[in-house]
Amino acid sequence: MAAEGSNSIDALGQFQLHPVLGALGASVNFTQANLMMVVAGLLVLCLLWFGMKPRAMVPGRLQASAELGYEAVMSMCVDTIGPEGRKFFPFVFTLFFFILFGNLLGVFPLFFTFTSHIMVTLALSVFVFLLVTVVALKEHGLHFFSYFLPEGIPIALAPLLVVIEVISYLSRIISLSVRLFANMMAGHVMLEVFGAFIIMLAGLGFLGYVPAALSFGLNTILIGFELLVAVLQAYVFAILTCIYLHDAVHLH
Amino acid sequence: MDLASAKMIGAGLAVIALAGVGVGIGNIFGSLVTSVARNPAARDRVFGLAILGFALTEAVALYALVIAFIILFV
Repeated sequence: MAAEGSNSIDALGQFQLHPVLGALGASVNFTQANLMMVVAGLLVLCLLWFGMKPRAMVPGRLQASAELGYEAVMSMCVDTIGPEGRKFFPFVFTLFFFILFGNLLGVFPLFFTFTSHIMVTLALSVFVFLLVTVVALKEHGLHFFSYFLPEGIPIALAPLLVVIEVISYLSRIISLSVRLFANMMAGHVMLEVFGAFIIMLAGLGFLGYVPAALSFGLNTILIGFELLVAVLQAYVFAILTCIYLHDAVHLH
Repeated sequence: MDLASAKMIGAGLAVIALAGVGVGIGNIFGSLVTSVARNPAARDRVFGLAILGFALTEAVALYALVIAFIILFV
């Protein structure tokens, strides 16, 4: 398990992927990450389908939460991107709720956080980057490259500044993906480490019970913190996508 | 010095960056408190920006953590 006789704590073993669903899963390599992605997608669809089914003028709880989600993402898009933001609303909504449900499902025991793998977050981040670049090119054509030369700078600095601007534009892929990946991975590693502390301390006998109880309390608080970070990171990913789309559509 | 000890020392050095991140996050929420004290009506507008700034600064802390993990485990 996590603590092998107080030699070392196996913090990263929880992220290994194995095929699930028996022989059918093993043949196509359908892992826990895939299963959780399917569950997250189905949950979002269920929230919207069953939430909007009553169509009441005064909404009940489920309809109110579905409408709240719609309203939050719509105001995020329109406030950040402007009136053209309505075009990008389906994409930002999908992105926000996929990441949100992915992060939140990982907090439950025996479930898996698919956003704690760099490949998943890198795929999402590359998708956002390509979308933003294609939107900018479609909107402004070759004038897009004037984005890398800010106005009002001395002409002598221009070559250096263009290189810096291009590098910082390309680094959006890395920063967007590593932010989400590192937050999720670090949270779960901390839960695993403090959980291993509980076992290791309680194994010391009578003296170890009090520190083990303290570690248990800390683990409980950490799960609350994990919930906050889950929602916050999904919000940050979505709002940064909106900010990049604003840059793509306007200041070029 | 063998490789395992060097890895531990390297990982410990990598997280010195968290000092800067602590200063940054304190700065953000300090200025949030000051600005709400000056103008309590602006609280809802400034709070969203403060949370965004906090998440972006925390990301730098986690970049340092990722480097420490790479040094330790890769």
